[in-house]
Formats: sequence, structure tokens, C-alpha cells
Amino acid sequence: MALARPAKILLAVIFIGLLATPLLLKRLAARREAGKAKDASQALVRYGFHFQEVAQASGISFIHQAPTLDHKLDHIMPQVASMGAGASVVDFDRDGWQDIYLTNSGEGSRNCLYRNMGDGTFRDVAAELGIADVNQQGTGVSMGAVWGDYDNDGFEDLFIYKWGRPELFRNEGGRHFTRVTEQAGLAPWINANTAIWFDYDRDGLLDLFVGGYYSEDIDLWHLKTTRMMPESFEYAKNGGRKYLYHNLGAGKFEEVSAKMGIDSRRWALAVAAVDLGHAGHQDLFIANDYGVSELYFNNGKQFREVGQETGVGFAPKSGMAAAFGDIFNQGEYSIYVSNISEDGVLIQGNNLWVPKEGTSGDSLRYENLARELGVEMGGWSWGMQFGDLNNDGNLDLYLTNGYVSADREKSYWYDFSKVAGGNSAIIGDAANWPAMEGRSLSGYQQKRVWINDGAGKFLDVARSVGVTDTFDGRSVAFADLWNRGVLDVIVTNQRGPVLIYKNIVTPENNWIDFELEGTASNRSALGAEVRLFWNGRQQAQTVSGGSGFCAENQRRLHFGLGKNTQVEKAVIRWPSGKTQNIDHPLPGQINKVKEPA
Amino acid sequence: MSQSSVMTPPLETAGPRRMRFDNRYVAPLFITCILLVGHLSYGILESYKKTALAIAAAIITELILGRMFFGKWLNLASAYITGISVGILVRSPAYWPYALCSVISIMSKYVLRVKGRHIWNPSNFGIAVLLLLAPEIMAVLSIQWGNNLLPIVVIWTLGSIIIWRARRFHISATYVVSFFLFAFLRSWITGDPWQAEVAPITGPMYQLFVFFMITDPKTTVRTKMGQCVVAFCVAAAEFILRLDQVVYAPIFALFFVGPAANLIEIWLDSRRRIGTTETA
Repeated sequence: MALARPAKILLAVIFIGLLATPLLLKRLAARREAGKAKDASQALVRYGFHFQEVAQASGISFIHQAPTLDHKLDHIMPQVASMGAGASVVDFDRDGWQDIYLTNSGEGSRNCLYRNMGDGTFRDVAAELGIADVNQQGTGVSMGAVWGDYDNDGFEDLFIYKWGRPELFRNEGGRHFTRVTEQAGLAPWINANTAIWFDYDRDGLLDLFVGGYYSEDIDLWHLKTTRMMPESFEYAKNGGRKYLYHNLGAGKFEEVSAKMGIDSRRWALAVAAVDLGHAGHQDLFIANDYGVSELYFNNGKQFREVGQETGVGFAPKSGMAAAFGDIFNQGEYSIYVSNISEDGVLIQGNNLWVPKEGTSGDSLRYENLARELGVEMGGWSWGMQFGDLNNDGNLDLYLTNGYVSADREKSYWYDFSKVAGGNSAIIGDAANWPAMEGRSLSGYQQKRVWINDGAGKFLDVARSVGVTDTFDGRSVAFADLWNRGVLDVIVTNQRGPVLIYKNIVTPENNWIDFELEGTASNRSALGAEVRLFWNGRQQAQTVSGGSGFCAENQRRLHFGLGKNTQVEKAVIRWPSGKTQNIDHPLPGQINKVKEPA
Repeated sequence: MSQSSVMTPPLETAGPRRMRFDNRYVAPLFITCILLVGHLSYGILESYKKTALAIAAAIITELILGRMFFGKWLNLASAYITGISVGILVRSPAYWPYALCSVISIMSKYVLRVKGRHIWNPSNFGIAVLLLLAPEIMAVLSIQWGNNLLPIVVIWTLGSIIIWRARRFHISATYVVSFFLFAFLRSWITGDPWQAEVAPITGPMYQLFVFFMITDPKTTVRTKMGQCVVAFCVAAAEFILRLDQVVYAPIFALFFVGPAANLIEIWLDSRRRIGTTETA
């Protein structure tokens, strides 16, 4: 070593400085966190909103129950029986108030339909309407539900996907529901964790996509073998099949997935649909657990899987939920996919797929900008939704998380990671998984509420705005529950209570809502897009038949306008292909629009 | 992971001069093949950019420090292996951990020296230190590449051939045999299925660990027997760490055992030298 002593000392100092870098960065992050608003009034001033949790006060006392599956899974039951707390928003009786349907998963447990009484309270009417008792022994248990007016009678019908027998209920004028599962021609058993209503062929009748998770030949209560786990943590293709039910009319459906080019056995956890390529048809995005996401371009006659070529389906992660949002107010949808991250063990990071500049249509390409925008780390992430929570004109992001919260002092992560990295012969057999023995797995996690500054950065303000719960969150749904021109948040929790976060938004910010009704298009107007232009900006939103994780937002589209009081125009592109311009729609109110003849 | 380039002359295979192949490039080529096959087949990398950053940071640091310390431009095979290993093993959504890990790894060779020897395997040091200091932003590759046996068989076979050529197969073999013995012992102690205990070694992290990290010529002891003993001790330390449910047990086992073995050898060497001097 020819180096002089001072140079060696200098080198040693630099070395120590580099070692200290992560600690300094941590300190800076802690300082930034400390600088955030500390109470509701500060949050209202600085971020334009805050939440109050009001579930109990509103009469919503739902607590999710998990299933008890085959005893061969007893040793890992909490991680297997870890889903089923779903939330979907609907105005089932067309009284102008948003109602909430919640799925339960204990054998014999009841699902709940909380009718919005319009006076700030809710009342469970599921039993009297005939859609509560759907988890009977031998029929499986609910995982989630989506609403869609498949018979175009003006009332939203209910599809419940289960680990078990799926159920379809026809809404009889908002007065009661009739079970029509068999007449519809649905499969007798699907272990599904996601479904969506959409009109893929634009014939004016809603079609239904159902995504299998476990293989459909598995009865989780009567296992023939313990080899029912994913064959790989990131490359598994032994999950459930996918179903695309084409609505034939008269209450009949035909399964056409293979004919339409959808043939996948990945472990689907979430599906969302929007016209990404502006081809006039809704494309399908599927977030898969244990593998890559899939993106199916739809030309109305055929689906084509383009995940790898568009960039969203190459690096495998653990897709938990998916949602679309025009986060840059450019009329283009970005795709958010939640994944798993656990400090020091598994850092997948969530994905925010943003369209690359200069690409569109068939040449559409995406890049993951989750890190750059600050929405990457969300723990063991589950459901999330985009929506303008503070009415400032930019879409924000609410994300819930947490897998199994049990013993706070003991973690299952060591054993989990040990097996998850193993060969398929090992990971695929539940008998090879060490017993959980009451240990937590990414439990008690802090949720995220990221507000969009409109300049390409999101800031997590969850604690500041009052989101401090640490339940094992699953689905997130947005709805204006009290018709105040804001988005309230419904969060379901596995083995936990449902949370209703009432949103208090600064009155300085204006808003405008659109409630669409199709005529030539499906009556629910699923797939209709409203493009709003104001103050030199534009924002696109699409009426969705399901998004996030086991969730469905309100039908109504909600736009924040910031301090602007004028809207230039709204351009509505109906699923039928018609385009409608509305000049100067009125802000501060719900604009009800019927598709023109 | 590192390969000797700072002090040791290149090894060359026997044969006609035209056919000579510098052994220092076997390992870099192999690890590059693993990276490319793994990524093109299974998308193991989050992005090429991060791996390229790790490699560039390692190479630039080596060039600068080599020039400062030795007054010449060093062969970069060692730095390349360190960089690419960091690029494969480190899992982080951010860019800076890749660069920082590579720079720390290479610098450790120059700063943490005893009697002219660096005592830590560079990438093992960099990764272990960052796992300790920045677990919220960094993890280590722990997932399977694909879900069938073929890639595993190919990598283990090729790796074994290469490591045999480099005359270090005994180190890998000792470790692997010890790992299995300790896995069964753990299974017996904890009551967990033996399949769960052997599962980690079927993953890609162990392939890199077994072929590149524990066999690093510069940070292993010299004698063949000593190398086997150290490999066994690494497996034994890993066994203890695993009983304590440390996720990256092999990384930390080598982090502790590797330098300890080197320090013991250095101490024995110095005693021997003193003894020789006194005798003379």
C-alpha cells in the first residue's frame, strides 16, 4: 500500500460517512414526518381535508368473520383464510343515497346490506331483501361482490363471488332480490377473489368476468391433498381459471373466455377495466398474486394479452389490487398495483404504471414511477382507490394494508420467507409450511393516504388526517355517503370491523359530480368515460364495475375543482360509441345525464 | 463476492498459448450468464439500470482506489463480480442502495485490512451492513427463479464445474453437506418439516452464495483443510442464526465467520513468522 497516512485517514472517514448515510437518510425522513400536521384542524388547513371514523355512530357494526377451512390447513389457517372482507357501494333502491354491501366469510355468517337512511344512519336490510344468508355450509363463503344492472331494468343486480358457489341475485325494483344463479348458467364452484361487470362487446348488455384464485376443482373444506398452494412465490400458474360470461339477454350467460382469448391459471386477486388504448372497448387488467400482472387489450371480438410487451407484466410480484387513475390530469390512465413489502425481508414495492410519453394504442408502453412519485412503500398492501379526497382537482390515493395481526412480539416472516423461496415441490404443499402458532405476518401496519400535489409527487398524510387504524385492511371503496360533494371512505378488515371514514373537506374547494344512465349502452353506464375540462386542465374518469381489492366504488363520478367555480365542458364517451358534449356543467351539484338517443 | 485481482497474478489454463483463457474471467462470465438467463427467462431484475448502476459504482470505485493505492489501473474482474452480485442480490425500489452497497463493498477491501489482507468478502460486507442499517429500503433476493427444477440443475452443474476448475469445489461441497445436516437437525429441534428447512438452498441466493461468496480466494484461509473447516463453521453459524429466525442467516454467518477465520490465520502466520525469525 503506497498511500500516505493522511490519505488513508481520509479514506477511512469517507468510508464511515458512507456507512452512516442510511442512518442520516432515516433521520431526514423522520424529520419530514415530524413536520406534518398533527391534528384535524391543522390537516384541514394544510391538506384540505381530514377524516372522522363514524361506523358505529352511523349504525354500522359489521365485523368480518374468517372461514375455518379443512383441518389439514390448521397450522397455517390465518394465512390461508385471509380474505373475504369485501365492500361494494350501490344505490340499490335508487333513492339517491349510496348504500353499502359487505361480504362475510365465516361458515353460516351473514352478508350485510347497509341501507343509507339519508339521515346520517344506516340499517342492515340484507336479510329482509334475501341477500344475507349466502355463506351456508357446503356452499362456500363470500369473498366479494359487484353490482351491475345486467337486465337493464334500472336496478342494480348483485353478483357474489365466493370460494365456493357463485351467486347471482336479480334486483326486483329495490324491494327484494331473486336468486337466479342456476338460470344464468354460472359455474357451480369457483374459488374466486375478483369479478367485474363490464360490457366487453358493447352490445348494451353487461358481461361478467370472474377471476379464479385457487383451482376450481379444490373444495377448501374437504381437501383431497395438501398440494393446493401456489407452485412458486412469483411464477405460479396453478391457480384458478378465468371466466368471461357473455350476457345473452333474458338472464342467460355463456362462458366464452377461451373463445375470446383469455386463458390463464395465474392466481388472480384483482381485476379492473378501462379503455386504456382508446380503442373504444374496455381493456382488462388483472393483478395476480404469485406472479406477473396481465393486461388484456380488447378489440370487441378478441382479447390479447399484452402484459409483457407493454411492460406491466414482466417483473413478477404479488399483485393484490389494481385501480386506474388519471393522476397527471392528462386524460391518460395510470395503473396502480399493490404488492408486498416488509422491511429487511421482501421489498417488492407497489407499482404505478404510467404510460410512456409518445406511446398509445397498440404501441402503448408503461413505466413504473411509483418510487419517483412517492407511492411505492405500503407494507403488505391490499385494497386501494384513486379519488380526489380534498377536492383540489388532483386524484389522491388511499391504501390499506396488513396481513395477519396476531402476536405483536412474534413474526412468521422467517418461516414464510424460508418456504416461499423454495422449489415448487416444497412451496406447493401446505404440509411443508411451518405452523404459524399465533405469530403475526406483516400485522398492525399503518395505512397510507397519499395526497397528490399535482406536480408529480404524492405525500402520505394518513396519520395527520386521522387514519390511524392498524387492522388487517382488505377492501377500500369510495362513496359520497352523505351527499355532500366529497368522497368518504369505506374500509373492510379481515377478522375486524368495517371502518367508515367520513371526509371533512375544506369548503374552499369546489366539486362536480356526474351520474350517468345508459340507453343504447348498458343502463349502469359501466365503461362510460367523462372527460372534464376546467381552468386549462382536464381529467378523465370511467364508470367502473369493480376495482381495487374486492371492492366497488359508487357509480357516481366525482371531480374536485379546487378553487375554480367554472367548468368549461364535460365530454362523455358512452360505451355505445356515442360522444356527448356538455358545455358549462354546473359545479357543486350532481349532474344526472341520460345517454341521448 | 469478489475475486482476487489486487494481489494475485492471473491463473491460466494449460494448453496452447492461443487457447489460453484467463481464469479470472470464468466467474464473471458465469455470473453474467446467470443474470442474463435469469432475467430474460424470469425477469429476476427490477431493472437493468439498477444492476448497471451497481456494476458501474463498483468498477469506478475500484479504478479510483486501485490507482490511489497501487498507482496503476487494476484488473476489473473482481470489481465486476462484486458489482453484478450486488446488482442481482440487492432488492430495493430505490437506486441509491445499489450504488452505496457497491461502493461500500469495494472500499471495504481497502479500508478494512489487517497485515495487508482484506478480511471480509466485499459484497458480503456491503450487503450485510446495508441489511443492518437500511432494512426498510433493502432486502436480498430470496425468491425462486421459475418454478421448475431445470434452472436449478443447470446452475448447480455449471457452477460445480467452474468451481472445480478453480480448485475450490471442496469449499462449496463442505458447506452444502453441512447445510443439509444442520437443516435436518433444525427440523428435529423445531418440529418444522424438513422440507421447509432445506427449502432455502433451492433458491437462487444460495446458488450465488455457494459458488461465489464463500469461495472467494482473497477472503478464505489458505489451507484446504482450513477452508473446509471454515465452510463448516459458516454453516454452523447459519444454523444458530436460523434457530433465532434470522432471515438472511447465511449472509450474516459469513459476515461473522469469514473475518474471524482470516484473523486467526493472520495471527497464526505472524506467530509462525516470529518463531521462524527467532529460530534463525
